Amino acid sequence: MKTLMGYIAGLIFGLGLAVSGMTDPARVLGFLDLAGAWDPTLMFVLGGAVVTNFIGYRLVFKRTAPIYGEAFQLPTRQDLDARLIGGSALFGIGWGLSGYCPGPAIASIAGPTMPLVAMLVAMVAGWFLARAIPARS
Amino acid sequence: MDWSSSLQGLAGGVLIGLSATWLMATLGRIAGISGIIGNLITARPKGDSAWRLTFLLGLISSPLVVMLLGGGLGNVAGGAVDATGRVIGEPAGGVALMLVAGLLVGLGTGLGSGCTSGHGVCGLSRLSVRSMVATVTFLVMAIITVFVVRHVIGGGA
Repeated sequence: MKTLMGYIAGLIFGLGLAVSGMTDPARVLGFLDLAGAWDPTLMFVLGGAVVTNFIGYRLVFKRTAPIYGEAFQLPTRQDLDARLIGGSALFGIGWGLSGYCPGPAIASIAGPTMPLVAMLVAMVAGWFLARAIPARS
Repeated sequence: MDWSSSLQGLAGGVLIGLSATWLMATLGRIAGISGIIGNLITARPKGDSAWRLTFLLGLISSPLVVMLLGGGLGNVAGGAVDATGRVIGEPAGGVALMLVAGLLVGLGTGLGSGCTSGHGVCGLSRLSVRSMVATVTFLVMAIITVFVVRHVIGGGA
């Protein structure tokens, strides 16, 4: 049952990306290009997602546990560290260069091109690299 | 202003929000793509990988579903599906650029513990300070990067 729930979540997430046009890097870069012909679409996507999920989470957290799990697994850290900020900065540069964040890049596999495959291979390499860099305590 | 693409964006955003709520309600998990799939690939956690794999399959199969529904959904999605029913846009650059960008996206989301979905959609919904700082950081860096690429190096487009 957990696997089915996971599939449905991934499917709805991907449908949201496709419907909103986020699987088109030109659209994403158009949003990030404030000095060009600015495309506000991504603002509506993020706004729609956050407001919906904000309300959704409030309803869900009235329960003590998820339907098919023992407990809600939520991040507990509150501190701001160099790993968080530096990592997010590197991600922003990569996002600005390509117009791909991980979701749209992966959802675009259905229309494979060499640059996309290169992006995905390098992204996975980056994930392994990040694991290899130890967190300072 | 292009209202049809804004409305599609809003509709897609609501779907993404519903997906995040769904994953929390059923499995108690944050719908962060880099976390779900990054951990699946790099760690393959025992007993905690099957739902990650099916999430990945759902994510990959969704544009295919849109394409299969092509005509019907075309009315709803409008411009997101072009004349040929295509929903996936062309990459913004060649292989070399994408290798650099991909490495930065992977390394950055790995170190920063999240991407647009985990920090942006889920973290902001939880009013997490770490996620707010992360989201502002990657948005600002991405905007600066596009400015440099298009208007400083590219000379304006």
